[in-house]
Amino acid sequence: MSALNGIRVIEIGHERISFAGKLMGDMGADVILLEPPQGEASRDYPPFLDGEPGANRSMYFWHYNTSKRSVIVDLETAAGQNAFRALIATADVLLESEPIQRLSELGLDYADLIRIKPDLIHAAMTPYGRNEPASDLPATDLTIMAAGGPPWSCGYDDHSLPPVRGWGNQGYHTGCHFTYLAVLTALLHRDKTGEGQFIDVSMTAALNVTTEAASYSWLIREATLQRQTGRHASVRPSGETQMPCADGRYVNTGVPPRFPHEFSRLLAWLREIDLVSKLPEAVFLEMGANWEGPFDLSQIGKDDTITAIFGAGREALKLIAMSLTAQEFFIGCQNAGLAVGIIYSPEEAFEDEHFKARGFQVEVTHDDFGRSFRYPGAPYKLPNSPWSISARAPHLGEHTEEVLGTLV
Amino acid sequence: MTAATPPQALDGIRICDFTGQLAGAGATKWLSAFGAEIIRIEDPVRQGRWDILRGMEPFKEGQSGLECGGGFNNHNTDKYGITLNLRTDKGKEILTRIIEKSDAVTENFAVGVLERWGFGYPQLKAIKADIVYVSNCGFGHEGPYSQYKTWGPIVQAVSGLTFSSTLPGQPPAGWGYSYMDHTGGYYMAMAIMLALLHRQNTGEGQWVDLACTEAALTLNGPALLDWSVNGNAMRQPVQTSSNRSQYAPMAPHGIYPCSGEDNWVAISCRHQDDWQKLAGVINQDWTTTFDDEATRLADQDLLDTHMAAWTASFDKFDLQTKLRALPIPVAAVQKPQERIEQDPTTENFGLWPTVEHSAMGEVRVDGIPVHLSKTDWHMSRGAPCLGEHNEHVLTSLLGMSHDEVADLREQGVL
Repeated sequence: MSALNGIRVIEIGHERISFAGKLMGDMGADVILLEPPQGEASRDYPPFLDGEPGANRSMYFWHYNTSKRSVIVDLETAAGQNAFRALIATADVLLESEPIQRLSELGLDYADLIRIKPDLIHAAMTPYGRNEPASDLPATDLTIMAAGGPPWSCGYDDHSLPPVRGWGNQGYHTGCHFTYLAVLTALLHRDKTGEGQFIDVSMTAALNVTTEAASYSWLIREATLQRQTGRHASVRPSGETQMPCADGRYVNTGVPPRFPHEFSRLLAWLREIDLVSKLPEAVFLEMGANWEGPFDLSQIGKDDTITAIFGAGREALKLIAMSLTAQEFFIGCQNAGLAVGIIYSPEEAFEDEHFKARGFQVEVTHDDFGRSFRYPGAPYKLPNSPWSISARAPHLGEHTEEVLGTLV
Repeated sequence: MTAATPPQALDGIRICDFTGQLAGAGATKWLSAFGAEIIRIEDPVRQGRWDILRGMEPFKEGQSGLECGGGFNNHNTDKYGITLNLRTDKGKEILTRIIEKSDAVTENFAVGVLERWGFGYPQLKAIKADIVYVSNCGFGHEGPYSQYKTWGPIVQAVSGLTFSSTLPGQPPAGWGYSYMDHTGGYYMAMAIMLALLHRQNTGEGQWVDLACTEAALTLNGPALLDWSVNGNAMRQPVQTSSNRSQYAPMAPHGIYPCSGEDNWVAISCRHQDDWQKLAGVINQDWTTTFDDEATRLADQDLLDTHMAAWTASFDKFDLQTKLRALPIPVAAVQKPQERIEQDPTTENFGLWPTVEHSAMGEVRVDGIPVHLSKTDWHMSRGAPCLGEHNEHVLTSLLGMSHDEVADLREQGVL
């Protein structure tokens, strides 16, 4: 039995909120996606199966709408409004990202709906929250991210290059993460007290508190972080942590060695791959390996020996990176106890043996195409209430009769 | 123990919390904001230094040291802090008694740390049969890389998120902060609450194995399907700018320069209608070349050059106002000061509450970006100083006397 079995979620189709519905559906909730007769817009978003647009071929829609049923409900008509009310009477949760006045104008907002379902949990996710008219301005993931803060911190040392917004709808995702957290919180409360409630989620607020030190450096000491290539934005420039390896792929070197056992393993590895003679600083690695007492990072730049040892660690990593492939560097460093990472493309990560061994790839059957496909799997493993994709994304209105038929 | 005034959603839930840094502490910050009682356990011998944020910048003016780390305070609001030396039998006994009274045990150590102290899942379960145990670690507790170590940037690198944040002809830009420490914390909080819901339904606890890298991998879903189904890789000889639209076809769609130092604006045209409105405002000859969408999408490099030349003379907020009036999707790339002090929407939302920290005094922190109409979040205390609540927790929760606590302190147990 999955954690959300028995919970019915009504989701008013909108590309911004679809991930929240997926997160709940994949944990066992009965998620009913309401779509207008022409279908939710993201049904037409690329990428498409075999690169060909067409009905039910959007893999964008596939991903965000697993474990859901689709019901056509036209909220602009009286019949659609009646169907919506009837559905709400059976629901535990409503998820929506509509214009802030739309549901109240239709007589279908929280105040109306609790007369039908007093313990309803109604979550509204909008760009700036339900009380801000700016929420109704047109917005995309890009503009929501820009307003919310992430791009300011992302990009390159060269500030003539624009700040960078990371790909993949991360602004939508962050809003949906908070929507889901809030709904789970409200469900725990409802199960204890019988009381439902209204949840107001601001997507830009969600991003504002997902910027790590950019926000709290300002809050605490009015300091402004500056973006840097491939590493944390910082008030003062910090050392590079990203470099290409012999095969041209990049790695992130993380925090350079700073403990005796790390220097000693690094030295051993250099010997193993026969590079010691190419590292003039090797003697400092030896000193690092034999260091007694605390190796105080705050003395870098002040104490000559500590500075030289720390610098030798960095140089050794550079030398190794230039001599090995990114994969060899990653595995070698981690086996030496150093927290470094290979910069995989998403598909390289997907095919990595570690994630395969953990069962991250899951097969989803598409009966409509007579094929099954490998999907990204569980974000967490709950053995007694497992995550699973219970069904491929629904066709438009595939479950209209099945769902509405049971209501009357 | 004292509950916060008005009733809260997670009142009565107690977490025996070993989390730290952001990936773990961020999870229990959510729970504490909604009323759960978080008992944060730290090692007195190392003075809690396992959590490197404890003594790390930023500091308030004139402050420094282990009680004053700005990030630590930000991520640990309203938690109780106790010290326990788990090298001692007495320390282990006290921990056992706390676990007996807890709903969940949470940690984000490297694999094996809790087991080595004698508190692996089998032991936790023996102490309390329906305990929820959530471990959050970079590669998870199983699989070939389970012994490998990570920080947020390493998780982002290995999962593909660093790669998919870039400009063409440049190395990956990645994320200028630990996006996956934040987000790993969100998934950890989800996992804790999902397991509590399951326990509520069935009476059964469980061990949740959360691997931050896996949570991260799910965040590039459509790109992964394009690979697994169509064989289209994101790695290309030259990468596409991630400021462009990855899915729905939109152009222009980018971040463009404005007047002043390091000022930028984001503009998206979703369709022909948005473009025609924008072209009307630009009112320059070159726009006619881009009147059909296919051309705009095909010649985005040239389109972006024209766009950048046009936006460069505007103040970013003036341009935002001008394009919002059309309206088309637009937003200034906001600097921290602009988001926090000048954008009224964050202040209106109550996003920056002030908490009282015993050593730091009053500090503004990141609030919670949602409001619940009946059981909203609440923050008042800053992060605990080292062992700040030893007395409170041991007397009120475990019924010890003040003398017993004093003895424990003397024996080096606390």
